[in-house]
Amino acid sequence: MTTYAVLSEGLEKRFGTVHALRGLDLAVPEGTVCGLLGRNGAGKTTAVRLLTTLIAPDAGTARVAGHDVLRAPRDVRRSIGVTGQSTSVDADLTGRENLRLFARLHRLDRATARARADVLLDHFGLGDAADRPARTYSGGMRRRLDLAASVLTKPRVLFLDEPTTGLDPASRGAIWDAVRELTEHGTTVLLTTQYLEEADQLADEVVLVDDGRAAVRGTPAQLKARLGAHAEVVVAEGAALAGAAAVLARLTGGRPALDPARRSANAVTTDPGLTLPHLVRELDAAGVPVVDAALRQPTLDEVFLHLTAGDGARTEAGEAAA
Amino acid sequence: MNTLALSDTRAVLGRHLQRMRRVPGLLVITLTMPVTMLLFFGYVFGSAVALEGGANYRAYLVPGLFAVTAVNGVMTAMLASSQDLQRGVMDRFRTLPMNRFALPAGQTAADVVLAALGLVPLVLCGLAVGWRIEGGAAGAAGAFALLLLFRLVTAWIGHYLGLVIGNEESAGQLAGATFMLPLLSNAYVPTEGMPGWLRTVAEWNPISALTTACRELFGNGRPAADASWPVAHPLLAATGWAVLLLAVFVPLTVRRYARGTA
Repeated sequence: MTTYAVLSEGLEKRFGTVHALRGLDLAVPEGTVCGLLGRNGAGKTTAVRLLTTLIAPDAGTARVAGHDVLRAPRDVRRSIGVTGQSTSVDADLTGRENLRLFARLHRLDRATARARADVLLDHFGLGDAADRPARTYSGGMRRRLDLAASVLTKPRVLFLDEPTTGLDPASRGAIWDAVRELTEHGTTVLLTTQYLEEADQLADEVVLVDDGRAAVRGTPAQLKARLGAHAEVVVAEGAALAGAAAVLARLTGGRPALDPARRSANAVTTDPGLTLPHLVRELDAAGVPVVDAALRQPTLDEVFLHLTAGDGARTEAGEAAA
Repeated sequence: MNTLALSDTRAVLGRHLQRMRRVPGLLVITLTMPVTMLLFFGYVFGSAVALEGGANYRAYLVPGLFAVTAVNGVMTAMLASSQDLQRGVMDRFRTLPMNRFALPAGQTAADVVLAALGLVPLVLCGLAVGWRIEGGAAGAAGAFALLLLFRLVTAWIGHYLGLVIGNEESAGQLAGATFMLPLLSNAYVPTEGMPGWLRTVAEWNPISALTTACRELFGNGRPAADASWPVAHPLLAATGWAVLLLAVFVPLTVRRYARGTA
């Protein structure tokens, strides 16, 4: 039988007139990484705040590490680590002082707290900056300090709310490595992200959150197979767009979208056999003057547009957001 | 209170004492502001204030400034808790398995330590401008204890207000306004000369009871015979205000902290 580290049913939360969550169901098996993928305002942060006992749901139930978030919040808090969206360390204290403080509040004795802080500072590459105030840290360093503060007691479940938003690629890679290492040691991770690539890199299961609900769920591979890749072609002159569209339609089986201003044609393909050389050869054979062509992962907005196609109102909302 | 709550409180207290070292601005202001005010009010306004019987205005002013520093807890604690809330530090505390009472308790305790340090230069400067302890050591000890108790009370009020306001900028603006509170009391000037209704309001201001209690405990004089009840019974009234305000604001603060913000 699977043991779930996070299990929620019908979570609802309203803030005034805003219906942030409309019945969110989650089931994250122990030792796995679940990625909540969604746009701004989809309800991801609200879900994390509910599951980490920061706010109470209006309806629904949730268990984290086997404990009910409403009935046994302190047991939940003993089992989790949380890195929120804004850096939640004391910026005026040094990295070392921060870690020691939070370790003490995790009820580690003084000697253990000191030792644990030193180990984590080294581990997260903050050894040299350990005695500088956290406000002098770069964005990536602060995030790493935040992450270190969240794993002082080796939590059973780690919550990461958009852990890499706003970071440069190198810092992002460092955070990803840290998360992978934690999961190797059996920690269950629930992370939220706006980046498809991040979910793909880290998550065993991805839950697409839209409008306060789980819209789609699956492994990254299933999701990618379902979402396909985006083929984009830019031509030398507007008159050639129709020719490009015809080739794209034939290869992808879809109806390409044209952007005359950029002289580009776009189509989604779910054919894993379609490669860029093949696409270019076909375009060339049809006499289309290609100046640029690409096969890339869809952006989050394109994903939602694609997944909610057929639902007129939703599609419009997606376009407005894009 | 169990030992875990105590150890959590001590950890939070330690955090704020470390902050005093890392961000010394608050400590510097706490040490210098009351002295500046004593010199400013004492020599600028003091030249125009004529006290009954020709008493020394600066000696009259010193216990009033003690009371003013005791009330500054509203300001310092409000800034501290709103800052923690806005910067997300409060969220981290609230996801820790720590005692719910420990965060406000540790922060307000640190504020009392700050206030105790702030009293030292004011006492020295007060002695230099002619103020004296005339009521014996026990009375003086009682006065300082009462002042620190009030600082604790006002820090709890400030902590609560900071949680309600939740952003540093608004808290900063309101903190500026708390400067007005002691103006409507007998801390700076005697209330006897105020219009009747205003005098009543000023004398029911808890700061008046505190100031009068200090003057009495330091042996610096008795209230006017026709003063309102709190000023006529300053020790009882000041202690009563402290107990009442703590009984209201401690549970309010702990509940607000545990509930969080939307």
